[in-house]
Amino acid sequence: MNNILIVARKEIQEGLRNRWVLATTLLLAALALTLSFLGSAPTGNVGVNQLDVVIVSLSSLTIFLVPLIALLLAHDAIVGEIERGTMLLLISYPIGRRQIIFGKFLGHLAILAFATLFGYGTAAAALALTGTEIGLASWWAFLAMITSSILLGMVFIAIGYVTSALSSERSTAGGIAIGVWLFFVLIYDMALLGVLVAAEGRPLPSGLLDILLVLNPTDAYRLLNLGSGEAGALSGLGGIAGHTGLNGPMLVAALVAWIAAPLTLALRIFSRREL
Amino acid sequence: MTAPTVTLSSVAKRYGRIEAVKDVSFELEQGQTVALVGHNGAGKTTLIKLMLGLIRPTQGTVQVLGKDPARGDFAVRQRLGYLPESVSFHMALTGRETLAFYARLKRVDVSDMAGLFERVGLAPAAADRPVRTYSKGMRQRLGLAQALLGAPRVLLLDEPTSGLDPALRRNFYELVSGLRSAGTTILLSSHALTELEDRTDRVIIVNEGVTIADGTLEKLRGIARLPTRISVTLADGAGITAPSGGQVAWKAVRDRTFEAEVAPENKISILRDVTTDPAAVAALHVVEPTLDELYAHFLGGRGMMR
Repeated sequence: MNNILIVARKEIQEGLRNRWVLATTLLLAALALTLSFLGSAPTGNVGVNQLDVVIVSLSSLTIFLVPLIALLLAHDAIVGEIERGTMLLLISYPIGRRQIIFGKFLGHLAILAFATLFGYGTAAAALALTGTEIGLASWWAFLAMITSSILLGMVFIAIGYVTSALSSERSTAGGIAIGVWLFFVLIYDMALLGVLVAAEGRPLPSGLLDILLVLNPTDAYRLLNLGSGEAGALSGLGGIAGHTGLNGPMLVAALVAWIAAPLTLALRIFSRREL
Repeated sequence: MTAPTVTLSSVAKRYGRIEAVKDVSFELEQGQTVALVGHNGAGKTTLIKLMLGLIRPTQGTVQVLGKDPARGDFAVRQRLGYLPESVSFHMALTGRETLAFYARLKRVDVSDMAGLFERVGLAPAAADRPVRTYSKGMRQRLGLAQALLGAPRVLLLDEPTSGLDPALRRNFYELVSGLRSAGTTILLSSHALTELEDRTDRVIIVNEGVTIADGTLEKLRGIARLPTRISVTLADGAGITAPSGGQVAWKAVRDRTFEAEVAPENKISILRDVTTDPAAVAALHVVEPTLDELYAHFLGGRGMMR
């Protein structure tokens, strides 16, 4: 068995044992169910596909919750093991530091993917079971939403590793992680909104807007899920989407870049760190 | 004689402005049990980390099993066992899961584990409990079990007996002597000097990053020229004066019991003098200088030189 898989397996084992998997899956499922049934009440059955409504509400939920869960999982990954003393023993084994990081990444990804898939899946399953008609296109959109949610989670797991590799104490890593979350989820968009208001209706150069949206992974995610089709009309984000030259593949590429860059950085910092 | 398993030549390691190791050279042979002795902060752990290849020396070279360990040669690490000082594990996993994880990393057959648990004295029931519930001694035993995975040729044990009760310590040293006869090089660092006494072939004393003594216990005693303590209890019939032997200052400690500190070269002649009339002697004790005294001597000598 490959070293990466061995480490990933251990991370999953630990996640199951300390109930991380259970807790996150239940949390996501409970919120998804609440949103899909409460959220569908006002729209009724006026021609809108119910699953599309769920996609819009779940995407908004994802933007807040998935980065938080990912950062909570990841900020401890390196500095926590160093602090507890388990890292010293691990690196004395025939395993490279790159393999340790990739193994952890794979394990954490599996935990997050499981929670998202089954947490959100219950909402869709519940809708289907209560007799709602769901078109094939909506199913695909739902699947795309889950996949992109997992991508967003991977972005923040990678960012969490950077904070973890940088910090000399767990509490520092935790603090930085919360700061990162606040910045990307709240502050960045508020600042962007402020800029748009200050521009007093004059349109920003579209290239600049594109760059600003791609510089924040949560915005890339938002645009990817809410910017087009039925969801675009429902969320009102279709307006922005119309102004940008960004399309789906470009947004996915942006998310992938947002995974690769922090992961490389975390790897580099961790490799240079002396224990 | 086969090639040494571990070679350090004029190794130095600096952390920023702190010189953890200044100039250390030694070779460890196959089947040798070596005690690395020194105060806290003397550089013991740094030396072990250098041998593991976890850190690179600022100067000098380190060779383990013929390779530079810092190059990350996995074949070497597979033949290396390491027990860190105050070892810790992932709390949520059981002992068995923990050991299986390390066994897989070392490519050791997981089915060999039952024997290992038995060797280090962890009951099967305990092996299936989470590590969180373990006492310090049990963690130490689990730590030892992982160090023994894959029959290592070099074992580096950092404070291996801390937290073990006397029975377990004995158990531990039995394990060590078994490994020694199998040809494993064992380096153990310790403060607990007295218990190392009969268990090591060689003692290396480090202080402030420098080797200040290296040799067999006998050789070090010779260098230190610490006096041997002889205590004689005279038999009832004999006179109650001190035993003869001109150049020795006998001191009465109890009724009929006399003690003297004797230089190494006078030891034998004095013993002969004392025992010329076997009937007059009720008891005779010869106490060689202990490792503790040796250690104090070498550290003290070092202190006086500066």
